[in-house]
Amino acid sequence: MATIGLAEFLSSIISEPGASGHEDKVAAVVQKGMSGLFDEARTDALGNLIMLKRGIGRAPHPRVMLAAHMDEIGLMVTKIEDQGCLRVTQIGGIDRRILPGLEVVVHGRRRLPGVVGAKPPHVQDPGEREKSVKWEDLYVDVGLTGDEARELVRVGDIITFAQTPIELQGRFMAGKTMDDRAGVGVLFECLRILRDMRHHADVYCVATVQEEVGVRGAITGAYGIVPDVGIAIDVGFGDQSSVPEYETISMDKGPGIAISPAVHPAVFERLKTIARELEIAHQTDPSPHPGGTDAFAIQVTRGGIPTGLVSIPLRYMHTAVETVCLTDVERAGRLLAEFIVRLDKKYVEGLKCF
Amino acid sequence: MKDLLKKLVEAFGPAGNESRIRDVIRKEVEGLVDEVTVDAMGNLIAIRRGQGPRVMIAAHMDEIGVIVTHIDDEGFVRFSNMGGISPFMLIGQRVIFDNGTIGAFGMEKLDDMKDLKLNKMFIDIGAKDGASAKEKVSIGDIGAFHREAHFQGDRVIAKSLDNRAGCAVLVQALKELAGREIPNQVYAVFTVQEELGLRGAKTAAYGINPDVGFAVDVTGTGDTPEAPTMAVKLGEGPTIKVKDRVVLTHPRVRRFMTETAEKNGIPYQLEILEGGGTDTGPIHLTREGVPSGAISVPTRYIHTPSEMADMNDMKNAVKLFVAILEAKLDEAIL
Amino acid sequence: MLLKTLTEAFGVSGQEQEVAAILREQVSPYCDKVETDALGNLIAIKNGNEKGPKVMLSAHMDEIGLMVMYIENSGTLRFKPIGGVDPRVLVSKSVYVGKDRVPGVIGAKPIHLQKREEADKPFDIDGLFIDIGAKDKDEAEKLVKPGDGIIFATKYQDIGTSRAKAKAFDDRVGCAVLARLLMMDKQWNFTLQGVFTAQEEVGGRGAQVASYSLEPDIAIAFEGTTASDVPGSKEHLYSTSLGKGPALTHADASFVADPRIVKRLMEVADKNGIPYQMRELTTGGTDAGRIHLVREGIPAVVVSVPTRYIHSPASIIDKCDFENAIKLMAAFLDSIEERGLPF
Repeated sequence: MATIGLAEFLSSIISEPGASGHEDKVAAVVQKGMSGLFDEARTDALGNLIMLKRGIGRAPHPRVMLAAHMDEIGLMVTKIEDQGCLRVTQIGGIDRRILPGLEVVVHGRRRLPGVVGAKPPHVQDPGEREKSVKWEDLYVDVGLTGDEARELVRVGDIITFAQTPIELQGRFMAGKTMDDRAGVGVLFECLRILRDMRHHADVYCVATVQEEVGVRGAITGAYGIVPDVGIAIDVGFGDQSSVPEYETISMDKGPGIAISPAVHPAVFERLKTIARELEIAHQTDPSPHPGGTDAFAIQVTRGGIPTGLVSIPLRYMHTAVETVCLTDVERAGRLLAEFIVRLDKKYVEGLKCF
Repeated sequence: MKDLLKKLVEAFGPAGNESRIRDVIRKEVEGLVDEVTVDAMGNLIAIRRGQGPRVMIAAHMDEIGVIVTHIDDEGFVRFSNMGGISPFMLIGQRVIFDNGTIGAFGMEKLDDMKDLKLNKMFIDIGAKDGASAKEKVSIGDIGAFHREAHFQGDRVIAKSLDNRAGCAVLVQALKELAGREIPNQVYAVFTVQEELGLRGAKTAAYGINPDVGFAVDVTGTGDTPEAPTMAVKLGEGPTIKVKDRVVLTHPRVRRFMTETAEKNGIPYQLEILEGGGTDTGPIHLTREGVPSGAISVPTRYIHTPSEMADMNDMKNAVKLFVAILEAKLDEAIL
Repeated sequence: MLLKTLTEAFGVSGQEQEVAAILREQVSPYCDKVETDALGNLIAIKNGNEKGPKVMLSAHMDEIGLMVMYIENSGTLRFKPIGGVDPRVLVSKSVYVGKDRVPGVIGAKPIHLQKREEADKPFDIDGLFIDIGAKDKDEAEKLVKPGDGIIFATKYQDIGTSRAKAKAFDDRVGCAVLARLLMMDKQWNFTLQGVFTAQEEVGGRGAQVASYSLEPDIAIAFEGTTASDVPGSKEHLYSTSLGKGPALTHADASFVADPRIVKRLMEVADKNGIPYQMRELTTGGTDAGRIHLVREGIPAVVVSVPTRYIHSPASIIDKCDFENAIKLMAAFLDSIEERGLPF
């Protein structure tokens, strides 16, 4: 039975490594942290963690899939240089400008702490700092000689950010991989609330894999589950200086509810209505392009699945200090729980009638 | 294996028109397997039935090529690409069409060579005018490069090693396994339209619904002067894929493959291909997901008519596939 | 008139309900079953012999457009494109915002106030906004909301001798071809699956799921395709020309057409004296790109009505090409009845 609170749960899962394609460690921590909240769990061929909480009452139960991805962006070793430095490539989309001087962990035969090399100002050519450092010039230094490094590290080894969780003022929390472990936090909150509520629907909470490299986990996960309705929980661009207001949603003003080609209009309306009636803070999040989240994959599974998308406002996306407000995570969890207790067969069948 | 490779690389089979190469491969595999079929997309599927999990191995048989888009009144043929082609690579090359018509590539006058684009180039088949050109080629005809294979020591220079090298590895592995009992059912698929976006493997994998998937293809190297950073060299063994643009090999599959190579004393290299993808991508995302891996033959100058590879890498790739297919894959991977 | 009604309808990707309602009303009397699915595809079935093949014809309902992102305190609207929009076509155009069609304009800084070199650079989409005349945010919020789709306010008009001007011929002209075929007072000995698809402009999403559900044996997608037979374009880059008949595709960026179906279409056209042309460019993609890779693969082709200026506020077709596309397809369907599928 999960007894820990949201902050503790989130803190535990963002501390784990789980670069795309290598999510087994974080999956284990997610499953442990949520134990007692679901009836059964399984892992599919790609590594999606599927936790089922059954509904009550007469079958057939409507099936709802909640998807939040647990993978994170990271680096991968491409070559070991004779000085012991590791050449790297990216897993997922990384702004290479955040890397110089960043602390990382290399997952070799054992965990090796390392730093991304940064050239001191003293040895730079004039004008060098006017330009971003190039990928081919970046490397990770784990403090070993070439021979020592080759003993412990291989081409293909994963590198993740070393950042530990940071509690900021108020209920703001920062760390690596809030994108989208904050979404996994929403699954946790939702199931905690549902523990004390009656719901007819079977709830498939899926911590998906490989979202950052092309929403791959959601493709196979949704194919296997065949939900009547699927909701992706991801992060959205939180308001921050240097980004115009019309590109963002506000921090601590509730989750974004997306309106998008990737979202069924009736699912959008239902989520909005519930939030309005229960006075759960929320924001409309217009998204003209359907891509970029698990909803993109779920919607076009098999013969088509009605899909929703709920976003947690997050600042500094794809850095090691991604920041969210825990209250937004709680609000999203409550919104989804209230959505689920209202699900019945008639509603999901109606989603095919435009 | 040289004879087999020569036959395959010199065969005609650009993406979208694979019927000739399909016939060549069909002749090679008939008799080695229980059944040979062709699906709706044109994939050639050679099936070894029996016990155990279903294993799909894909080798794409298409090669890059060009498609005729326009024939002008003077008989010059405008074209577009089928697969990734640089216009600079075409200068001085020859194209051949299904009916044997051969053409040279020409280009419009350019003030700056950097402005060279495919739509400023044309194919000259030596026709006097539009009408006589249209007797030889039609809009929609797909052509391929015209080049002979050349063997020099352990190395081979040829067109379409991408991916006839992989086809040769797969055919040879089937030959060596013929008549031997193995604990897996094998679906060897020679796929179409890989160069156009990994298309054939997608529908083939859906139809076969495999328990485990592999692809065999070529990969780039980092062993030429001022090459991009890549820890792969010619002649140091086939590669076991870790990552490319469309797949991150499941760690369990990768571990099984490296352990199999080590157990059998087969040299191998680990591959991170930054600028490409292969059939493993669509295979591993089929239905509920398929644990999948890939073996590649290191190849220089990919997507030119003069690709270069090492025969030993191909021979070792065959050995590795034979060892993989002789393992109990349900226990090792599933 | 079908072309007018369809091209003036509101239907950006993901918000195709109005187009679907028009089509449903038109084709329902002639079809055995008409229904929608989870993405909003409209599927109209004409039953044939149960043992016969299943033939899927499709055309996409959605059009490119814009979406309201944010309402400024001044009451002007910030927007982003839905589908492929060249920002250079937007300035100085009138638009409708939302399903209630609130009129608006996309303004620009007067040329008098520009520096000379400003005119050399296109307007950046981030610098553009829509003015609906609201005096502030409160008034604007009563009329429009973030997420509303935005369409061009272009009216359909017959121009020249046989040509027509409208927005969204891509692909309402395809919808009109498909509707006219379904509205023929006729059943064939095979099952005809007419699919008006959603979300083509954002990646063939509707067509993919519809073809998964319907499992056709053959698929033909109707499109309004680029005609670049205009000044400044070289003949080998025209792709198609207006008035030379419907265009057949050999290959585009999304698929290679099944050569057996293309051959049959050519035979049918030649036999019936229907003009046709080959689409000469291989760029661009269509619903067929998604359809042909569904399940174990579905042989597919595209038949297009050449259209100048697609993805802009005003495009032009030749109505003879439209009528000839219908004739060609009717004759093709008859050929399946007589000779079966071409494979």
